[in-house]
Amino acid sequence: MVKLVYFAWVRERIGKSDEEINLPDSVRTIADLLDHLKQRGEGYAVALEVPEVIHVAINQEHCQHSDLIGDAREIALFPPMTGG
Amino acid sequence: MTLPIKTRVQADDFDLQTEIDALASANCDIGAVVTFTGLCRDDNGTLAALELEHYPGMAELEMQRIAGEALVRWPLDGVTLIHRFGKIVPGENIVLVVTASKHRNAAFEAASFLMDFLKSKAPFWKREIRRDGKVGSWVDARDVDQAALQRWR
Repeated sequence: MVKLVYFAWVRERIGKSDEEINLPDSVRTIADLLDHLKQRGEGYAVALEVPEVIHVAINQEHCQHSDLIGDAREIALFPPMTGG
Repeated sequence: MTLPIKTRVQADDFDLQTEIDALASANCDIGAVVTFTGLCRDDNGTLAALELEHYPGMAELEMQRIAGEALVRWPLDGVTLIHRFGKIVPGENIVLVVTASKHRNAAFEAASFLMDFLKSKAPFWKREIRRDGKVGSWVDARDVDQAALQRWR
């Protein structure tokens, strides 16, 4: 099980702030995960329509789409940050 | 001596002078303190407030990582980063960067570096609330902010 957390318009489009899911063995990288999530429903498909703009953090640290998920406990998906 | 890195994520406002004093009084070798304060800007009178969402836990961690990176690059005697979340009305403070060093250049440059990285790497998102009561759109990331990171490579 991995905990997924969503922020800002990713959270709104998916319709929830977090969830725990089981990932199939075929999902190895973050890019695989985004592809996999798109199949879960219309909200996911809309949120992840342009995967290139989605930022991802594994265990609260920024990562790349090519990174392996490994034994991540928490994966966060969010739009480009606009703090400051 | 451990370097004072202070990072806080809070709903409440902060006080500039309190933060300067806290940093400068810790070490009499400090000859320069630079502060940057980011405010909520009124968008031609149409903005009622900004609502800032953040990623609790990672926001604090990322601010510490960014502060740590600044300490590697410049001879600093202290860094304070404070970022607010929640509803913030025009004119109110959003973010504070304080850097302290023996000489001014390190403090100036590090403050600029810290703001550039806070804007694009710290997990905060702004949404507009309009004066007509409508919840407006999420603020778009600006290319110029992304480009600002390039000069620190």
